[in-house]
Amino acid sequence: MAGADISGGMTSRASGDARLRPYLGFIWPALIVCTAVIIFPWLFTVWMSLNDWHIGSERAFVGWANYANLATDRRFLESIGHTFYFTILAVFLPLVLGTMAALVFHKKFRGRGFFRALFIMPMMATPVAVSLVWTMMFHPQLGVLNYLLSLVGLPPSQWVFATSTVIPSLILVEIWLWTPFVMIIVLGGLASLPTEPYEAALIDGASQWQMFWKITYPLVLPFLVVAMIIRTIDALKAFETIWVITNGGPGTASETLNVYLYAQAFAYNQVGTASAVVVVFFAIIVALSLVLLWARQKAKWS
Amino acid sequence: MRQSISRRRALQGAAALGGLAAPMLNTVTAYSQSSAFNWQRFKGQAIEIVMETGPRADLVKKHQKEFEEKTGIKVGLEIIPEQQARQKTTIELNSGKPAFDLFNIAYHVQKRQIEKAKWLFDITPWTKDPQMTPAEYEFGDISKPGWDYATQSDGKITSLPMFVDYFMIYINKELFAKKGLQPPKTMDEMMDAAAKLNDPANGIAGYVGRGLRNANVPLYTQYLSGWGQQTTKGDPPELITDTPDAIAAAEYYKKILTSYAPQGVTGFNWNECQGLFMQGRAAIWLDGIGFAPPAEDKTKSRVVGKVGYILPPAGPKAHHSVFFGGGAAIPNASAKKEAAYMAALWMTGREMTSRMLQTGGGVPFRSEPLKDPKVLSGLTIPKEWADCAAGCAPISMPGLPVIVPVTQFRDTIGTALTNMLGGADPAAELKRATAEFKPILEKSEQG
Repeated sequence: MAGADISGGMTSRASGDARLRPYLGFIWPALIVCTAVIIFPWLFTVWMSLNDWHIGSERAFVGWANYANLATDRRFLESIGHTFYFTILAVFLPLVLGTMAALVFHKKFRGRGFFRALFIMPMMATPVAVSLVWTMMFHPQLGVLNYLLSLVGLPPSQWVFATSTVIPSLILVEIWLWTPFVMIIVLGGLASLPTEPYEAALIDGASQWQMFWKITYPLVLPFLVVAMIIRTIDALKAFETIWVITNGGPGTASETLNVYLYAQAFAYNQVGTASAVVVVFFAIIVALSLVLLWARQKAKWS
Repeated sequence: MRQSISRRRALQGAAALGGLAAPMLNTVTAYSQSSAFNWQRFKGQAIEIVMETGPRADLVKKHQKEFEEKTGIKVGLEIIPEQQARQKTTIELNSGKPAFDLFNIAYHVQKRQIEKAKWLFDITPWTKDPQMTPAEYEFGDISKPGWDYATQSDGKITSLPMFVDYFMIYINKELFAKKGLQPPKTMDEMMDAAAKLNDPANGIAGYVGRGLRNANVPLYTQYLSGWGQQTTKGDPPELITDTPDAIAAAEYYKKILTSYAPQGVTGFNWNECQGLFMQGRAAIWLDGIGFAPPAEDKTKSRVVGKVGYILPPAGPKAHHSVFFGGGAAIPNASAKKEAAYMAALWMTGREMTSRMLQTGGGVPFRSEPLKDPKVLSGLTIPKEWADCAAGCAPISMPGLPVIVPVTQFRDTIGTALTNMLGGADPAAELKRATAEFKPILEKSEQG
């Protein structure tokens, strides 16, 4: 339907330009594929979000009711909070640590290649397997982390088993998993930097910190922003680690939008509500992307 | 004697009539030429079965050949982990074209949803038909809770009950003997024993039980049954999880788990509890009845021969053991319902359920296997366990409400329970959770 309208409009406009006409047919394959795999599922999701549909019962059109329910659903609102808390920490900390690691690995020292490879290893591991290993390490009685704490005389922590520490503990896993990724991007940036500004700065007697802050940081910023965009998208989407390690618990203390969405769709079979969550989630992602794109624009070398 | 002969004659006569009429009818009715039950009647058909991972599925897999030889029906068996299996069956049944002809229904989770959606085939006529169901099946031996589960609210029987899961106590006899304690008979005694046995400095927990959201609800309903109450009452079901008794049970739950269970119990499901108990690091563990085989397995457990299997403790107002269960059901959309029914009869029949009992893989809804000395002599686990199972039957009470949004119920109440372990007030948490879930339940009953 939509396709027919578009082509109708095109031909009338293109009537002056006869050269285009033979090629218009080539639009069709791409248009059909796009409609089938992107536009249709999307519109269908929006449509579903306006319906009350529980698998096993009749579907009924309810308008905005699903959204109205979400607006007062404590669990949903909390999950938005958890998502942002998680995302901010899971983006910021790997960025800082990854940059530091990149600065270290940019210097020449013996065995650098070996250590670089070692450092990148976590990134190659499967998140689910990594999560299982961390689950064991977090165990309050049998886990290695509390043993390590006891070695330095600190009291044991409940890690992912207490409401207050669960998200920071999950962030530990994210840091371990994703710091190497940031490092690789920043390392690439560092390798592309010119050496002249540093020579000039050295002649002027600049300190190491001044050289980093006034030269390296601004020059590497565009790379950092790219890393930040990718990390933000990843962190928002984070599911495996949370699902495997805590299942959103204890209680709902680490339930992010993704986990909540999964519960609605596949545990409670509430397709309508789940679709509404998807639409809200999508709106949040679009808004965030706009902010990030704007940040990227600002960070460009001018 | 004379009567039975004449009945046979009459049946023969009827069969002869059927035989004459057969050529005009479809192939299935043609089988009615033979008057008696015949396992081979649906020979040559092939069916697909979906089962949840676990001892029951292992058993079917192990004896699958036997069934195929007995009936001439080919079986394709798909075994999937519990959660995924329930998702898969729900979604496929909803699609209207399930790829399976028989599946194991988890009554305590799926019953209401499936009966409201009318996905199952009504087997009521077959259960009364001697050509479809052999006398050896012994319908009368299946307990009332089993039939309650298998019968829909409209009176139709749509599945055959297979196994029941009672809640009971596992105790570490060695730790009890060291302190000179007797196995607890009441909830107060259990609290006392847990206090005396708790020894965190040596890594011994006095008590362990599920704290993980969702998984913890059955443990709570077990306590609640001690006050003689369930989580819902009436039809349509009305939520009663904020009564004074419900709060008292929650206070008990909070006290015993925060005082005498190990740190991090908020994240414990049965497998964490099991791990701790089998390492000899928990004195009392209250959970489902199916954990005897691993506890008595030398390669996995350090408490072999030291485990006591006892009835759950009596509460201040009542004494119950909460139960859950599963059966075998045939989707309406299946094209091979007869063959699937044969498989259901076999899986839930005396022989297979006796085997299930012998390996500790589950307790049948039947009572005969629990009394049969031949079956009991073949037990691979202590007889005390089978005695405990037999003792649970007369005091059993459903462990979860028969409602559509069971998972959501467990998540909502379970979150409240987990929050209590984190320090929250039981009364406030239960009131909030009840208020949160009430509209969801009401809506699910309308739809």
